[in-house]
Amino acid sequence: MNETVQEKLNILADAAKYDVSCASSGNNRGNTNGGIGNTLNCGICHSFTDDGRCVSLLKVLMTNHCIYDCAYCINRRTNDRPRATLTVEELVDLTIGFYRRNYIEGLFLSSGVIKNPDHTMERMMLVAKKLRIEERYNGYIHLKAIPGASPELINEAGIYADRLSVNIEIPSNPELKRLAPDKSYKDIYGPMNLIKDNILVNKEERQKFRHTPTFAPAGQSTQLIVGATPESDRQILSLASDLYSGQRMKRVYYSGYLPVNEYDQRLPALKTPPLVRENRLYQSDWLMRFYRFTADEILTSDQPFLDLEIDPKLAYALRNPQLFPINVNTDSYHMILRVPGIGVQSAQRIIEARKFRKLTTQNLTKIGVVMKRAKYFIISNELPSSVFDLPSETLRRQILLSEKPKSKSQPDTQLKLFSFGEVIQLPAPVSSPNKILTA
Amino acid sequence: MILVYDGTFEGFLTVVFECYSRKLEPTNICSEKNLQEILFIGKEYITTVTSHSDRVWKGLQQKLSKELNQLPYSAFLSGEMDVLMVRKAARRVMKEAMRMLEFIRFQRTLDDIYFAPISPDYDVMPMTLKHLKERFSDQLWLVYDLKRDYGFFYNLKSVEEVTLNEKSFNTSNGAVPLNLLQEEEAVYQTMWKGYCQNITIRERLNPKLQKQHMPKRYWKFLPEKR
Repeated sequence: MNETVQEKLNILADAAKYDVSCASSGNNRGNTNGGIGNTLNCGICHSFTDDGRCVSLLKVLMTNHCIYDCAYCINRRTNDRPRATLTVEELVDLTIGFYRRNYIEGLFLSSGVIKNPDHTMERMMLVAKKLRIEERYNGYIHLKAIPGASPELINEAGIYADRLSVNIEIPSNPELKRLAPDKSYKDIYGPMNLIKDNILVNKEERQKFRHTPTFAPAGQSTQLIVGATPESDRQILSLASDLYSGQRMKRVYYSGYLPVNEYDQRLPALKTPPLVRENRLYQSDWLMRFYRFTADEILTSDQPFLDLEIDPKLAYALRNPQLFPINVNTDSYHMILRVPGIGVQSAQRIIEARKFRKLTTQNLTKIGVVMKRAKYFIISNELPSSVFDLPSETLRRQILLSEKPKSKSQPDTQLKLFSFGEVIQLPAPVSSPNKILTA
Repeated sequence: MILVYDGTFEGFLTVVFECYSRKLEPTNICSEKNLQEILFIGKEYITTVTSHSDRVWKGLQQKLSKELNQLPYSAFLSGEMDVLMVRKAARRVMKEAMRMLEFIRFQRTLDDIYFAPISPDYDVMPMTLKHLKERFSDQLWLVYDLKRDYGFFYNLKSVEEVTLNEKSFNTSNGAVPLNLLQEEEAVYQTMWKGYCQNITIRERLNPKLQKQHMPKRYWKFLPEKR
């Protein structure tokens, strides 16, 4: 290890930062006798960068040299930037050195394409192989599969890796072709299908033969860039929904477009990345994965873009007033999950707790329901029902005003003016648990 | 699940202990005499273990100021202590233990021991040992709680509790003099710091979110934040 490795690492970390995935979750791999490391199903964050993102893995490119010239990529061939390549040995030493110090859960290796896809994929695979076999390393490994690499290499990579991924980047094929003439959906879906099939076959084989090595046991993921091309949120969510069901993706990541190549006329000029839109997409993604919403329920054909002011769950409730109020004491889990202000955990607790007693507002607050929001959509044992007659537009305004964050430009006095319309909250219990422990 | 205890304060604290150590999330906690049989809901009797309740009590005392240190007891006597309080307390302790797994940082010393100083809010180090032993099974390591002045040493076979009488590290931030560390240690720390800086997206700075996930009190132990 010397200064050059450090310089290379700085260049290649900087080049890898636009990949948003850093998850180390999805697999429980035990340590082996005399080996180092394991993986936990929940994943662990080891640091948080100044942009507030979790650092779980050593996320780095093997090289940022690239034969392609994709308009949206900072590492495109025609960009004049510092370039570097880490050797297989250097990557192995870095991973082990960081891992032993508890800096990371493992390695997330991606790469620009050098020479050809096979040459690149082989070197990446060798890093994983060396870690597993020579270093007896059992920590997390996430490898990018390079489109165009031979199935044999991707198969071998999957034996050593916990997760494989291929990034789609641009959410429609015509736009991808426009921005990346060397790529097409066919090239991307090729390895994606191969990985999906291998995972399925591997699962079956492992049921028959216990000692069959695992194949990418933490599944595959992908990333979509949002805001570089004109696709609607509805298009993006429907693509994501297909990826979850058709490709059995573990995660789809959304990356708000950062104008990395401002000079390229094919790309929009954005002053700031579309962070709110990105956030709303993640919220919608959660609704699909954990709240049993379908893409079509989140956005309809006459409303193809997400409301940036309110979250998609609230938007759904306001669009469908006929479904509410929900009675927390009698309605199904499925319907309770749809109430704004009630999360998965609260919904489960409601189902558990209502076996004992009829739930009141106070019970719901204790369970963790955000009553400030939920009160407009539920009936508990004693809530007044007048709020349900409000038209959606009025309700929307009322909720937005009552939840406006306090900021310097918005003095408290102004906020108070609007809060009179709220249902009066019941007083908190006398000995609040929070007070006891944090005193 | 309902946890049932014998109705004494010690019994209640034992329940708290069980909740921490077995990660239980009971729907209710009940004393024997208040127990109502409910179909379909499992219940478990927790036998009072004084050593366990003592540990919980000691932990509470460390957290509470003089005027307040009898509060849990009086709250218990008042009957206001409920499952929610235990759940919240348990969650805080679990969170702190989890943060140990996230934020402890080993430094490799000349005698080839990976050393991690830390000062957690709660006495959670014992909860991390299983994880550390499983993960770092082929390296010697020592985690040391600076606040409570004790630690655990792994000798490649077992983990032993230790208290160091003479310390060759700074007792407030755990810094080890460079001449007692392996040469590669400084290199790795610099590389890690450089890595964390370069993986940051400058257009998206959000220090508030960073501090929320990684409170400042840990920063003195983190090479990337020193």
